[in-house]
Amino acid sequence: MAFGQGRSGGGRGRGDKKPGDKEKGQRRPMFRRRKVCKFCADKIDDINYKDVKLLGPFVPERGKILPRRISGTCAMHQRKLQTAIKRARQIALIPYVTD
Amino acid sequence: MADRQYELVYILPPDSTEQQSTELHAQVEAVVSRMAGQIERTENWGRRRLAYEIAHFKEGVYVLEVINGGGDLMKELDRRLRVMDLVIRHMVVRVDEEKKVVDRTRTKRQSESERRRVKRGLPPQRQPGEGRSADSEDDGDDRFDGVEV
Repeated sequence: MAFGQGRSGGGRGRGDKKPGDKEKGQRRPMFRRRKVCKFCADKIDDINYKDVKLLGPFVPERGKILPRRISGTCAMHQRKLQTAIKRARQIALIPYVTD
Repeated sequence: MADRQYELVYILPPDSTEQQSTELHAQVEAVVSRMAGQIERTENWGRRRLAYEIAHFKEGVYVLEVINGGGDLMKELDRRLRVMDLVIRHMVVRVDEEKKVVDRTRTKRQSESERRRVKRGLPPQRQPGEGRSADSEDDGDDRFDGVEV
């Protein structure tokens, strides 16, 4: 790369985890696995509301949509995931709430 | 504008008969053909558990219809399904635009990878047994760690 300072290899959609600004204290360095967008990594183009198996892992027990900061999904795919989950909810493939 | 594609999903009560569902399908078909559309395909998903109760039913019979037609056709269908007692839930989704995007990205990726492979002096298609096998990396197992619910 021409500009040495820049983050190298930050390819699109890789979603590599930047070292957190406020690392939890000095006591122990937090080791966090680099999170990768599942849809970019597996090259899944189509996030379809009918595919419950695909959406399942992004809807935890409570029925909420798994946030990006946890799943590591990139912005574009999270957006598509969101509409897909909301559609699937409408036709009762995925619950709105479970308690 | 008849070049749009829609998906219509509707849910019937679990105790509905085969005859009722075919009847309903015929009704849908009649509306579609009357308003210059066509049904591309029909999928019957059969009985499925509903994720939540609808009209005190815990199960439902799902039917998916892929319809080519205009917006006013779908509006009419939507209106009709809304008043039908037999249909406990339905949804119309326009799919043609997303489909186009998906196709485009897929072909782009394909041609791009072929171009690169040819440049490296390889045959354009991936050979069997080439590269990393799918399970060599530790993917999948820990993608959702740190999930607090």
